Amino acid sequence: MHSADGSRPWTFYVFAAFFGLFVAFLYGPMTVIYILSFQGPQGGMTFPMNGFSLEWFQSLFAQKRVGDIAGAFVRSIELALVVAVITVVLSVVAGLAFRRRFRGSAFVFYLAIASLIMPGLFVGLGIALSFRLIGVDTRWYTSGLGAQLTWTLPFGLLIMFAVLGRFNRAYEEAATDLGATSWQRVREVTLPILLPGIIGVALFGLTLSYDEVARTALGVGSQNTLPLEIWAMTTTITSPALYAVGAVTTAVSFVVIITALTAIALIQRRRARTVQE
Amino acid sequence: MAMTDQAADALLAPAAPVAEHEAIDPAGERASWLQVSPLVLVLLLFFGLPMVVVFVVSFFDFERTAIIPTFILDNYVDLFRSEVTLRLYASSLKFAAIVWLVTLVLGFNIAYFLVFHVRSLLVQIGLFLLCTVPFLTSNIIRMISWIPFLGRNGIFNQALMGAGITSQPLEFLLFSDFAVVVAYVHLFTLFMVVPIFNSMARIDKSLLEAARDAGAGRFRVVAEIVLPLSKSGIALGSIFVVTLVMGDSFVVRTMSGGQSASVVSALQNEVAALQYPPAAASAVIMVIIVTLMVAGILRLVDVRKELVR
Repeated sequence: MHSADGSRPWTFYVFAAFFGLFVAFLYGPMTVIYILSFQGPQGGMTFPMNGFSLEWFQSLFAQKRVGDIAGAFVRSIELALVVAVITVVLSVVAGLAFRRRFRGSAFVFYLAIASLIMPGLFVGLGIALSFRLIGVDTRWYTSGLGAQLTWTLPFGLLIMFAVLGRFNRAYEEAATDLGATSWQRVREVTLPILLPGIIGVALFGLTLSYDEVARTALGVGSQNTLPLEIWAMTTTITSPALYAVGAVTTAVSFVVIITALTAIALIQRRRARTVQE
Repeated sequence: MAMTDQAADALLAPAAPVAEHEAIDPAGERASWLQVSPLVLVLLLFFGLPMVVVFVVSFFDFERTAIIPTFILDNYVDLFRSEVTLRLYASSLKFAAIVWLVTLVLGFNIAYFLVFHVRSLLVQIGLFLLCTVPFLTSNIIRMISWIPFLGRNGIFNQALMGAGITSQPLEFLLFSDFAVVVAYVHLFTLFMVVPIFNSMARIDKSLLEAARDAGAGRFRVVAEIVLPLSKSGIALGSIFVVTLVMGDSFVVRTMSGGQSASVVSALQNEVAALQYPPAAASAVIMVIIVTLMVAGILRLVDVRKELVR
């Protein structure tokens, strides 16, 4: 909404200021804990900074002081990778199914939606109970893995719906007309076109698993994932070590997010260039 | 580009990309069944079945940590008899209502700014991602990052006293209902922004111009065109926010400093004490309440119809 001469209405500036405040609200507290994670050895949980040091980062690796951060970190990374791979494969394949009409498609759709909006702790409770009733111990790589998939698979499926909704099937028909077998068509036409979306699914799978708490909490077994270890820390640790672990884990998330977004942007750009030529 | 739309659509739950009039081809149908079966199997195994187990166990008896298969209604009766439980439900509903209202106002205005005020597509995508990225980082870290802000000696109190507005630190900021609401709004506003953004982005901008040419003021354009056409996004955002707040345990525990509880955090305590049957009954009741709320929202707004539009 703007006037004919292209000048901004006054409301634009009000909204822009409002948006700026919202972004500050989103990122401000995060930024503060990154700064505070460099507190000096005598520093406390809030400002003023009492010198700068890497003391609190180092304390993360001294197992006795803050719990098994390193072990939990490795477990979380492993679990996130497994979750991401399963989420990509299962939701891409399932997404392709929805391009045809089939009986039961509404059931699958609503099953996924229900799984998405069900309070996470209830899913965890159900899984923990089921394992208990059949007499199997819960573990992060069995019950924990399953619990996380009930969260990432619906996201993966919905992302695939969005991607496939824009997919132009003429490319596939062209491949068939040119004599491609159905496997060649999938491998050389369908999947490359879907690649940015598939990276999006992987990004969601990785990050959602890496940060998951509610679903995993009751079915993780004796060894915690990183977010659960951090949550346990929030009640016991009252030093900037808490911020240091926060800074590290968020840095990992940002590396994953930036890598995925860069990959998607590069693919799109190369594609735009190819089209121009 | 793709990422933005995908993230948006992902939260918007679009109808499946199926040609409506296409006849069912038996070979194709079998292929589709084969393709969805792994996903369906995982969801049934780790979501469908466990939910059935929760329902069944809610009628079981328990003694200390043992679960005794039988059929009793005691777990439910105890639930409704307990005044503590009823207070917890009231408190969860109160949080849901406050957070819903705040996130709706924030979400609507942010989406409105992104869709109708930002002219360049690239800038729009950039700002949208700016709002989305925190969603992909740890909720727990985002939550505890309010501690240095709101604490007794926190930044907010230091600023207030430094400016001479207050002479003593405000005590209610951290470990209070106020802190819980701040954290909820911080964590969940995105779930309102994205669906509303998506439905607003589909509004034909010439409609707004026509209304303005016909003499409608800014406020009327928003009230009579933008608001009704964003209904489906508002409904979906509301479903997300309400279910997230009602199902939360971690935020309320941490940010209230143990002073407030929610239905779900009480349930978590029961599970910690291995009292599964009452926890299961509490979950069943909560699912019923949340389902009724979702159904109520869907009754007001036919989301599927709006989406197909």
